Amino acid sequence: MGPDPDDGSFWMPPQVSTVARSVDWLFNFILAISVFFFILIVVVMVVFVIKYRRREGQQAQSSPSHNTALEITWTVIPVIIVIVIFFFGFKGYLDMATPPANAYEILVEGQKWKWSFNYPNGYVDENLHVPVDRPVRLVMSSADVIHSLYVPAFRIKQDVVPGRYTKVWFEATEPGEYDLFCAEYCGTSHSDMLAHVIVHPPGEFEIWLEKASNFLETMTPVDAGRKLFQVRGCQQCHSMDGSAKTGPTMLGVFGRTENMADGGTITVDENYIRESILEPNARVVAGFEPVMPTYQGRLKDAEILAIIEYLKAPAGASQEE
Amino acid sequence: MTDATTVLTGDGQPAGPGPRDSYLNHGKGVLSWLFTLDHKRIGIMYLAVILASFFLGGVFAMFIRTELLTPGQTIMTADTYNKMFTLHGAVMIFLFIIPGIPATLGNFVLPLMLGAKDVALPRLNLASFWLWLIGASVAVASIIIGAVDTGWTFYTPYSTTTGTAVVAMTLGAFILGFSSIFTGLNFIVTIHKMRPEGMTWFRMPLFLWGIYSTAIIQVLATPVLGITLLLLIAERTLGVGIFDPALGGDPVLYQHFFWFYSHPAVYIMILPAMAIMSEVISVFSGKHIFGYRFIAWSSIAIALLSFLVWGHHMFTSGQSSLTNMIFSALTFSVAIPSAVKVFNWLATMYKGSIRLAAPMLYALSFLFLFAIGGLTGLFLGSLSTDIHLHDTYFVVAHFHYVMFGGTVIAFLAGIHYWWPKIFGRMYSERWAQVSALLIFVGFNLTFFTQFVMGSHGMPRRYYNYLERFTAYHQASTVGSFILMIGFLIMAGYLLHSLVRGERAPANPWGGATLEWETASPPPYFNFEHEMQAGDPYDLDALSWDPSIKGYVRRDPSSVLAAPRGAD
Repeated sequence: MGPDPDDGSFWMPPQVSTVARSVDWLFNFILAISVFFFILIVVVMVVFVIKYRRREGQQAQSSPSHNTALEITWTVIPVIIVIVIFFFGFKGYLDMATPPANAYEILVEGQKWKWSFNYPNGYVDENLHVPVDRPVRLVMSSADVIHSLYVPAFRIKQDVVPGRYTKVWFEATEPGEYDLFCAEYCGTSHSDMLAHVIVHPPGEFEIWLEKASNFLETMTPVDAGRKLFQVRGCQQCHSMDGSAKTGPTMLGVFGRTENMADGGTITVDENYIRESILEPNARVVAGFEPVMPTYQGRLKDAEILAIIEYLKAPAGASQEE
Repeated sequence: MTDATTVLTGDGQPAGPGPRDSYLNHGKGVLSWLFTLDHKRIGIMYLAVILASFFLGGVFAMFIRTELLTPGQTIMTADTYNKMFTLHGAVMIFLFIIPGIPATLGNFVLPLMLGAKDVALPRLNLASFWLWLIGASVAVASIIIGAVDTGWTFYTPYSTTTGTAVVAMTLGAFILGFSSIFTGLNFIVTIHKMRPEGMTWFRMPLFLWGIYSTAIIQVLATPVLGITLLLLIAERTLGVGIFDPALGGDPVLYQHFFWFYSHPAVYIMILPAMAIMSEVISVFSGKHIFGYRFIAWSSIAIALLSFLVWGHHMFTSGQSSLTNMIFSALTFSVAIPSAVKVFNWLATMYKGSIRLAAPMLYALSFLFLFAIGGLTGLFLGSLSTDIHLHDTYFVVAHFHYVMFGGTVIAFLAGIHYWWPKIFGRMYSERWAQVSALLIFVGFNLTFFTQFVMGSHGMPRRYYNYLERFTAYHQASTVGSFILMIGFLIMAGYLLHSLVRGERAPANPWGGATLEWETASPPPYFNFEHEMQAGDPYDLDALSWDPSIKGYVRRDPSSVLAAPRGAD
């Protein structure tokens, strides 16, 4: 596997993208300037305190109370320094903001508190899998509040804003597994809105994607359903342990008789589950708000079927993981 | 309200025997305080409530740091933690640090420095204090009705959709904004209209230049916050779509509005701190301030440039590369006046006669900490490095180095500097040294570790964190406990000094500004004579008088205005 997260320098995590090196170079450049001025200030201060410490009955020595040439000098020098820093910062930023034309595109959706990564073939995963040494462009949107996609090892960060698409790109330079954080505060489980970036060695990404996309064929329907339930954001609102969250628990839901918000009752069967996925607010269980987004067009028939099979499975199968 | 009718003798003292009249014993009872028009009493009341807010915000901070001792749950749930950091931020920013120095030391010292009896608009001053009380009450009441979990920045659409008491908290901040506007307006008018004979603009003490620059920002920027918070409340309560995309609004617009106030606001916080530094460094170096005009102009430059840099809070928000470039360039421009000030303060110490009394210890702490705070701003103003550091603990550390290492430490310098003038008592120098040292060490341990974990990628506002950040978090928490002990010691010796402290002379430090020309504590009317001002940094005009343990003016008549009508 790739570099350990602890392998970075005193200041920085390991460098795993094409822009990381230039970002770190600038960081170190500013650090050197900062250390120089910090030491200058502190040394001058300490020397003056020692040298000109008040002694009994002694007044300050006379010295000028201004010196225009000196003051202009120490105004102009910082001006030059910050212009240089600005220039390198802007130059590096332009590289980070301009994706190459041939970038591989992945759609990203953030919602409280889960990332989903949508690959060109329609497959959706909860982690970001990418090939090494190939530019990847993320087109991102949010289903609710502002999130921010942050991969420290790549030195990239981009807010994910509801109502618009934001974009970010990177090219990973070393296979391995890296952390992906949500960096914009988004509520209760903000700090658990994590994902992994898995950088595949040359040639392996395509193999992974094909295998992962075929999970409906390669897995049992119950396992496939469990995977979908976890990856597609169901478990953010529907628990598997009997506790009510934003929506009712799915523990033993199949065959259960529920009281409806409109006063009637319903025995949960395949048709009701299917309807609840595609038209979630048509018939809502009493005590819950009609807030679930529709999955019309977001789940295929076979996927809905797998979820139904998972919910039908005995509790033992549901809790195993 | 009865004060104005007191019968006076010719020299401004009330008629009759008894202890020396001071503003502290001039008028008795709670009402004589709550409805006073005396700038000194208003300053004291502000000091009491603002320090209480600081204590409250500090308690929240200790809960935060304790929770972060371990990943996952330590002492509270995620929802409670989210409310804690919101309350810490909101209380420290809106109740403590924005009004902080201007409302307390500014109120007390500004008219005295002008040789004046009061601010220009004493009733507005009292109104400002009452607005603070009302605004603070509304904001604190939000805790009782469920508290807020949005962060002090109230970013939309989170803040318009969360179930917590956002309206109460923002309404509180809205009212506090007016308190701030009134204070700023009052100071602007006072400085324009009430300077004594001889005090031209460039013979004003630099403290006044700092307060004046601050007041400009308070008056020009705060209304924007007020409008923004009203729009937020309108969206939440009436469903008007302004910021929430679900209603057709734009969440990033909120960030523009918010930072258009809140970036200048950090200069509302730091400019008065720099103003204190200019006084303390000069007096405790026994030397004329170096480069007066550069320091004065740099305050004005900071005030004006502060309005042009708000977009640097939004480098990752998706705004255009061109916008980012412009804001990055403008951001660097604001670094220059701050650097100029630091160099001028250092030059003031050159060939001085430096006394390491408590105010100077804090001033030296300020130079050390503010240098780190300012220099780490370079990493954040620069675009490519900011993308990595944005919204991490690096920003949290930078902010605290500037606001705590800068503003709070300078505030402490100012408190220790003017304490004898305000209360007429000296405090224990030895205990002051102990607490200054503990605060310095505790502060660095708390916040320097946060730079390192931030640049390693630890995002801010995280309740839970990855195992590898544990050591940094634990060091930071240990630092915060040291910091707390330092503050408790300070509270102890300052309260002790109020009761048992040695009586302070009129001028214990040898300052040449006019507030040192009157008694400690000052009489109700501030000065017995009409004053005139000379060079505020001509420290050679004073000499040490061992019999009163204070400084006296070699030529007392030099600061007295010629009697009216005399020829």
